[in-house]
Amino acid sequence: MTQLALVIDLNVCVGCHACVTSCKQWNTSGDAGPLPDDNPYGANPTGVFFNRVQTYEVGKFPNTETIHFPKSCLHCEDAPCVPVCPTGASYKRKEDGIVLVDYDKCIGCKYCSWACPYGAREFDEHDKVMKKCTLCVDRIYDQNLPETERKPACVMACPPGARLFGDIHDPDSEVSSAIREQGGFALMPELGTQPSNHYLPRHKRKIPIHEDELVRVDSPLAKEEKKDYDEGSASLEDSASW
Amino acid sequence: MHPAFSVIFLTTLIGVGQGLFIAVFTAEYFNWIGLLNVEVDPMFYIIGGLVSLVFMAGGLLASFFHLGHPERAWRAASQWRTSWLSREVIALPAFMAIEFLYVLAHYLQFNEPTTIIIGIVGVIATFALFICTGMIYACLSFLREWASPLTIINFILFGLASGFIFATAYSAYANPAFVQTFGWFAVAFTVVVFITRSLSLSRNQKLKQKPKTTTQTAIGSHHTQVTQRSQGQMGGSYNTREFFHGKTEMFLKNMRGIFMVLVFPVPMILMGLGLSAGNPNLLLAAFVIQYVGLIAERWYFFAQVNHPQNLYYQTVS
Ligand code: SF4
Ligand code: SF4
Repeated sequence: MTQLALVIDLNVCVGCHACVTSCKQWNTSGDAGPLPDDNPYGANPTGVFFNRVQTYEVGKFPNTETIHFPKSCLHCEDAPCVPVCPTGASYKRKEDGIVLVDYDKCIGCKYCSWACPYGAREFDEHDKVMKKCTLCVDRIYDQNLPETERKPACVMACPPGARLFGDIHDPDSEVSSAIREQGGFALMPELGTQPSNHYLPRHKRKIPIHEDELVRVDSPLAKEEKKDYDEGSASLEDSASW
Repeated sequence: MHPAFSVIFLTTLIGVGQGLFIAVFTAEYFNWIGLLNVEVDPMFYIIGGLVSLVFMAGGLLASFFHLGHPERAWRAASQWRTSWLSREVIALPAFMAIEFLYVLAHYLQFNEPTTIIIGIVGVIATFALFICTGMIYACLSFLREWASPLTIINFILFGLASGFIFATAYSAYANPAFVQTFGWFAVAFTVVVFITRSLSLSRNQKLKQKPKTTTQTAIGSHHTQVTQRSQGQMGGSYNTREFFHGKTEMFLKNMRGIFMVLVFPVPMILMGLGLSAGNPNLLLAAFVIQYVGLIAERWYFFAQVNHPQNLYYQTVS
């Protein structure tokens, strides 16, 4: 069984929101029609986004650190939003585990959004149906795109490459080994939803550097440097450029 | 959660309708088994059943205002295998159909066992509907304020209490011989639901003290100090509108005070006065005041729920 998912490296995410904008751009231009964007330049802009980047501060001042935290539908393996849907509009695909909403069946009762603990579903006030991340299902299988581009828009956009995409049920995939080797974790694991998306934890990076490594012994700058030597005792060797 | 008036009216109105049907049928049943011995015109059951149907239809109508696409509502009957909402969508019209048959049987002057059988099926359908309505909320395990059998018990008892108070007032106008029976049932249900609702209130109070899900588990950082600095938006979204009641703690407290007074003591005093003086207007007033109280109760029922998604929406920036 395949379970496609995102793995987000919190160590790498810089909080630039590139994934947010490229997600919106891709998903507002697709077959399903535009995503709402009300008062974009007004005092209270509001609209539907499938993905948001939030920021948290961990620790007590002055020893604080910032975590940028992208959040979208986690495509839970035991998705609580699916069985509650009265119409069958919300479903989880057998073939790749993506959780989708059939916008033509949805009656807009909002019950699924109550059942999602992560707030991953947003109601479209214009189309009057529930919307959510599709893992760019209209991209990842598109034969017209070069194979390297058959990835979700957010993954393509992330400048530092914090977002990995793949099959977490394939033990040899990039995402599986990242989860395994870098301690990938799930959100709210106590609720038993078994999110497919995982996050790689923040860790301290330390590179041991010795002082002599900071200065190159054969630095070309050394040639031009004026030597500071004692006039009286200087010999030719002392003042020569070498 | 943000309380939606459509759902508040749906749940309170069908509660009255279901309770009223059970009351009317209780009268017929008690007469049949000989517990009561009252001369009844079939019109008593017919009008009682029709009024109950009006309450049910009112609730059904209100529910449509909750939907983004009411024209597709028929689809909601398809997932009865997994969804309690879907089951409710089936149980509600099913109960209304049986109730209609019950009224029709009386209108056609069918004799006793037939109407009794239809009535018993109707009672089963009512309870099925009560359970579906309650389970819609109680099945969401991480909405802990709702995830309790008390949720279902309260739905049933509030429906019975308000339905029987209405039946008391109705019979005071239509057939006073039933007033005492209905009245004492109504009082009993109100007293019991006072106890069960108080239990759920204190349960929810305790839940607040030991949350299961925290900002720490939400973002997977287990430091004792985790503060949100930005939620990725400035102007709000569905997440900030649907899952917050948007009122102060004080407002919430007042709402609780209001419903605790309007649903329990005030109607009980009016019932006591109305029953002893045989004054139908006082009984009707008891119903109206309790119904207003039930709207406040249902508002509070939604508002008190702390949705775990709110952990992600603590600070704008
Ligand atoms: S994150 Fe929410 S919407 Fe997505 S699958 Fe899980 S429960 Fe459903
Ligand atoms: S809002 Fe749509 S997708 Fe969600 S539960 Fe209702 S019908 Fe299903």
